[in-house]
Amino acid sequence: MRHTITVLVENEFGVLSRVVGLFSGRGFNIDSLSVAPTHEESISRMTIVTRGDDQILEQITKHLNKLIDVIKVIDFTDESAIERELALIKVTAEDADRAEVLRIVDIFRANVIDVTPRSYTIEATGSPSKIDAILELLRPLGLKELVRTGPVAIGRGAKGWKG
Amino acid sequence: MKLAGARILLECLKLEGVDTVFGYPGGTVINIYDELYSFPDIRHILPRHEQAGVHAADGYARASGKVGVAIATSGPGATNTVTGIATAYMDSIPLVVITGQVPTALIGNDAFQEVDIIGITRPCTKHNFLVKNVKDLAGIVKKAFYIARTGRPGPVLIDLPKDVQVAVTEFKYPDKVDLRGYKPTVEGHPRQIEKAASMILAARKPVIYVGGGVVIANASDELREMADTLQAPVTTTLMGLGSFPEDSPNSLGLLGMHGTYYANMAVTECDLLVAVGARFDDRVTGKIPAFAPHAKIIHMDVDPTSIRKNVRVDLPIVGDVKDILARLGKVLEGNRDGVKSFHKNIKPWRTQIDDWKAKHPMGYKESSQAIKPQAVIRKLREISEPDAIIATDVGQHQMWTAQFFGFTRPRTLLSSGGLGTMGYGLPAAMGAQAAFPERQVIAVCGDGGFQMNLQELATLVQNRLPVKICVMNNNYLGMVRQWQELFFERRYSQTVMELPIDFVKLAEAFGAAGFTASKPEEVEETIRRGFATPGPVIMEFKIAREEKVLPMVPAGASLNEMVLAS
Ligand SMILES: Cc1cc2nc3c(=O)[nH]c(=O)nc-3n(C[C@H](O)[C@H](O)[C@H](O)COP(=O)(O)OP(=O)(O)OC[C@H]3O[C@@H](n4cnc5c(N)ncnc54)[C@H](O)[C@@H]3O)c2cc1C
Ligand SMILES: Cc1ncc(C[n+]2csc(CCOP(=O)(O)OP(=O)(O)O)c2C)c(N)n1
Repeated sequence: MRHTITVLVENEFGVLSRVVGLFSGRGFNIDSLSVAPTHEESISRMTIVTRGDDQILEQITKHLNKLIDVIKVIDFTDESAIERELALIKVTAEDADRAEVLRIVDIFRANVIDVTPRSYTIEATGSPSKIDAILELLRPLGLKELVRTGPVAIGRGAKGWKG
Repeated sequence: MKLAGARILLECLKLEGVDTVFGYPGGTVINIYDELYSFPDIRHILPRHEQAGVHAADGYARASGKVGVAIATSGPGATNTVTGIATAYMDSIPLVVITGQVPTALIGNDAFQEVDIIGITRPCTKHNFLVKNVKDLAGIVKKAFYIARTGRPGPVLIDLPKDVQVAVTEFKYPDKVDLRGYKPTVEGHPRQIEKAASMILAARKPVIYVGGGVVIANASDELREMADTLQAPVTTTLMGLGSFPEDSPNSLGLLGMHGTYYANMAVTECDLLVAVGARFDDRVTGKIPAFAPHAKIIHMDVDPTSIRKNVRVDLPIVGDVKDILARLGKVLEGNRDGVKSFHKNIKPWRTQIDDWKAKHPMGYKESSQAIKPQAVIRKLREISEPDAIIATDVGQHQMWTAQFFGFTRPRTLLSSGGLGTMGYGLPAAMGAQAAFPERQVIAVCGDGGFQMNLQELATLVQNRLPVKICVMNNNYLGMVRQWQELFFERRYSQTVMELPIDFVKLAEAFGAAGFTASKPEEVEETIRRGFATPGPVIMEFKIAREEKVLPMVPAGASLNEMVLAS
């Protein structure tokens, strides 16, 4: 089962390698990972998408918690979180296809951020499934390049992660 | 007061109460060594190899319960520590290892003797630190010791660049550590403890399965009290040996691959398994589906990742076993009627266990021709002092020691269980002897593993560490040979040690004494002479070459499928 895990870490040298090394060393999967500092200078926030059964997920979260530099681990499995991902998509767009691409961009509230006579580069944000959906529609037109950030996640409601 | 980094490091060690360090100098730690002159209270022991230095710090830590400290220079000095660090990591041993590093400005430049020891040791340390600013040094040392000894202990490495050792700053040792990401749970949850008590009292066929966590937590007294209250059978892992007296009628001895028949049968048939500071290693469980198949499992461990890692657990209790056992003991004592009927309920189970003990006691075939290694171990027990510390190497002799010595006190067996590091025994004994100069310290080695760190004879002699070394010489890499005998049709590929070594001359070359026993009747005399001779001694026992360690559960088989001694 797919899980989105948020990991709040000390913003210190080598923390990313500790986290990544933990996953590779114990044979856990990483589908995607994103990391950046938070508004508190000393804390960085990672969002990791992983998969595994309950026993594996339990081990993953326990092992993450065991790292000295990890301050908090949140396993978002249900509807308690909002996930967003950014994708930059370079798609072939010639002749009649150009209008079709724009129509898709419009439907998904995406933006065209670069234009040439033979291509469009599109910026799309949304839930991972929304990104999957726009890609599905663009694929037959000819994808030249794709970059996805992997999702970031935040809990719903008024509370921050500290409660 | 403004001090240089090298000086600050040693001031911190002093404030941590460090009395002994095992270290090896080199270009990037030369400043630390220079400052050492000002610290007469810190005994520095120079091993002949950094790996041995770390094993010695590890032996010091296991025997004393204190944090072991080792120092090495950058590059090759640092890489030589890795096996020692990994050995300590696998067995949860508290160490602080300090490595020199090239100056910060050169890091990443493939500088002379530069190696990314932080990267290399990340997966085999509990935590590690690169000190980039001398202002952080004191705080990092404080954290390192705190992390090493608390929670589930483990080795911590501090990588200290040369320029940081030279840089000067105001020295103040922090009196508190605050790590927001590290708050180990010490106290067991009261409700879980209550539940454990009722599960125990409801059991008909309970077994207490004790691991190294009880040694680490110094919880032997609490364990013994609980076992006395319950009169329930106790089996220990290799790492748990000594934490429960094997001369108690409740003791089942070792379990697992080379465990006793009765311990493995009891675990297979039990209806409740109470795991205390043990981690369900594959050497212990054998085939998982057949491990304690009828049992409910209670698991007490300070490290949540140990719980449900290998086996399902019905009742987890996270915390320090000293705390948990003490409070569990109180709950049980508070329920006299419950305990009374428990005693009645487990009577048939105790009878069953006695039958198993009578049917297949621990034993071996005696011989008047060849020296049986098991006989040597039993003799050692008989002649050695009650508080003697035994360090083993890895292999058959290690298992014979575990099976036949009969440990009764915690921290008297030092053995590399998790990593199984050949070459561990001699330097670990050296470290234990440094911690306890007055106690008898015995290293039990095979002829193979002894040769992996025999250079430490020089350290023993130089530092007047009178370790008594028993070399169980079968002229084989015996444990591997045993597997080849059993599973590879006796094809002894590369396990025959072709060259016979003259261990007596070898000892003498280092200024130590050496004795050899080649017949059974010489065993006792050799041990007595060895013990009576001052200083380090090698006692070589030319043992029955193809003796096997039995019982044995073949790897991957279930615990009740044992090959037994005939
Ligand atoms: C050749 C060879 C053969 C072997 N055969 C056997 C065998 O037959 N039988 C056997 O038992 N072993 C055997 N071993 C050893 C085996 O590999 C493991 O090292 C051993 O079984 C692990 O012991 P343990 O479960 O007690 O765990 P340890 O490694 O001692 O781990 C201790 C556990 O206690 C926890 N802990 C630590 N401190 C505390 C605390 N304060 N409070 C609570 N919990 C704490 C830790 O988190 C950990 O889970 C063999 C090794 C070798 C090299
Ligand atoms: C560093 C290292 N290398 C290899 C092994 C694999 N190994 C385990 S036991 C053993 C044989 C040990 O032989 P010896 O030291 O003579 O002891 P014996 O088994 O004969 O008692 C070997 C090679 C190991 N455990 N450690």
